[in-house]
Amino acid sequence: MFEFLTSGRYDLLGAFWVTVQLTLYSAVGSLVWGTLLAGMRVSPVPLMRGFGTAYVNVVRNTPLTIIIVGSLLGLYQTLGFELGAERSEDIGFRLAVLGLVAYTGTFVCEALRSGINTVPVGQAEAARALGLGFTQVLTLIILPQAFRSVVAPLANVLIALTKNTTVAAAIGVAEAAYLMKNMVENESDALFAVFGVVALGFVLLTLPTGLLLGWVSKRVAVKR
Amino acid sequence: MSGVSVTKGAEDAVPASTDLVVLSNVNKHFGALHVLQDIDLTIARGEVVVVIGPSGSGKSTLCRTINRLETIDSGDIRIDGKPLPQEGKELARLRADVGMVFQSFNLFAHKTILENVTLGQVKVRKMDKKTAEEKARALLDRVGVGAQADKYPAQLSGGQQQRVAIARALAMEPKVMLFDEPTSALDPEMINEVLEVMQQLARDGMTMVVVTHEMGFARSAANRVVFMADGKIVEEATPDQFFSNPRSDRAKDFLSKILHH
Repeated sequence: MFEFLTSGRYDLLGAFWVTVQLTLYSAVGSLVWGTLLAGMRVSPVPLMRGFGTAYVNVVRNTPLTIIIVGSLLGLYQTLGFELGAERSEDIGFRLAVLGLVAYTGTFVCEALRSGINTVPVGQAEAARALGLGFTQVLTLIILPQAFRSVVAPLANVLIALTKNTTVAAAIGVAEAAYLMKNMVENESDALFAVFGVVALGFVLLTLPTGLLLGWVSKRVAVKR
Repeated sequence: MSGVSVTKGAEDAVPASTDLVVLSNVNKHFGALHVLQDIDLTIARGEVVVVIGPSGSGKSTLCRTINRLETIDSGDIRIDGKPLPQEGKELARLRADVGMVFQSFNLFAHKTILENVTLGQVKVRKMDKKTAEEKARALLDRVGVGAQADKYPAQLSGGQQQRVAIARALAMEPKVMLFDEPTSALDPEMINEVLEVMQQLARDGMTMVVVTHEMGFARSAANRVVFMADGKIVEEATPDQFFSNPRSDRAKDFLSKILHH
């Protein structure tokens, strides 16, 4: 039943390695982009607040498949953006990361914004009273405390992101779900085994993430 | 409303030449509530002004307008001759010269005591870290919490936290210190340790605006008592005059409620 694993026809580890890479690059990108978005949404400048709000509400409510397929058809095939890559699989990978960052950043932003709301207003007032500017107050006082209070929700976002990387299969990125599609076509006598193995692979990636970040969340919590 | 109304023995040497904080005709509303009504107040260099009054009289709001944590609807506030600027770099620079101590301490919860006191020096005054730490330790010793430098705020008692907050403000070498009910959130046995630090500051000639319910402090440390009620300054006098012979009925009523029981 599990002969397909040992047949040498499928590079399961290689496919999951692409999944891991997609997850890691997208996670770092989403964290940065989500933080910037959250900064915009609490900014005193109305234009930035407006952009942040509009962006989050549009992108968060758009299906990820549309964003990722749209980035291939729109950005690459229509507008010709190659994102500095030459080989087509690299272009697909980078477009997928771009789409995942654009999408996941909105969830990071909203998690972070709820974290910002847990920081007592007096913290910002004390910082402003010392003469710190808006960016300093945000980066030195508010965000460090906000991040500590949203480690657990961010773990959820990271787990969702890990599983969302499967959408990259839609534009031909050779990650785990793409390989699974091939296996399903060729190993129709072992469908449940194929699904089971791929599902287990994702559980093995996401379970430790949740456990580790749950532990981190308790360690870094701000005592008041 | 002259600048220096009373000079107490120790402050004779202080050059109390010009007015440091001047509020003229300040008005502010919270919705329908007119919290500050035509406030005129002048605080001279080296002067200690204690603002007292019943809850909701606008005294905290008044204190917070001085470094523009509360904006005003009309009127004019000047610090050292300069009008309060709009939110931005200019205002941040001015706030660095105005120390503030809050009722709820507001120490940065994710930073150690030492970091709380060095942050402003390093990030605003651009002082190097080592000098800032030396100064912070000296200030923490001065307010009696030097031994706690490496702890986090939540590990300290309220009185200790408030003394750290005073040290944090002093580290910026402010021209004036604002105290917004600094002892109201403290257990009774911790009030004195904070008041003693404030007394010392007053003796050292710091310009102070203190919103408080501590009448003992007002009596012993203030040059002038400002009594507020319903958004107005009802009475201004030296502590002796105010406590022994209040002129307005509102002040008499207030004092009769707090002093006799």
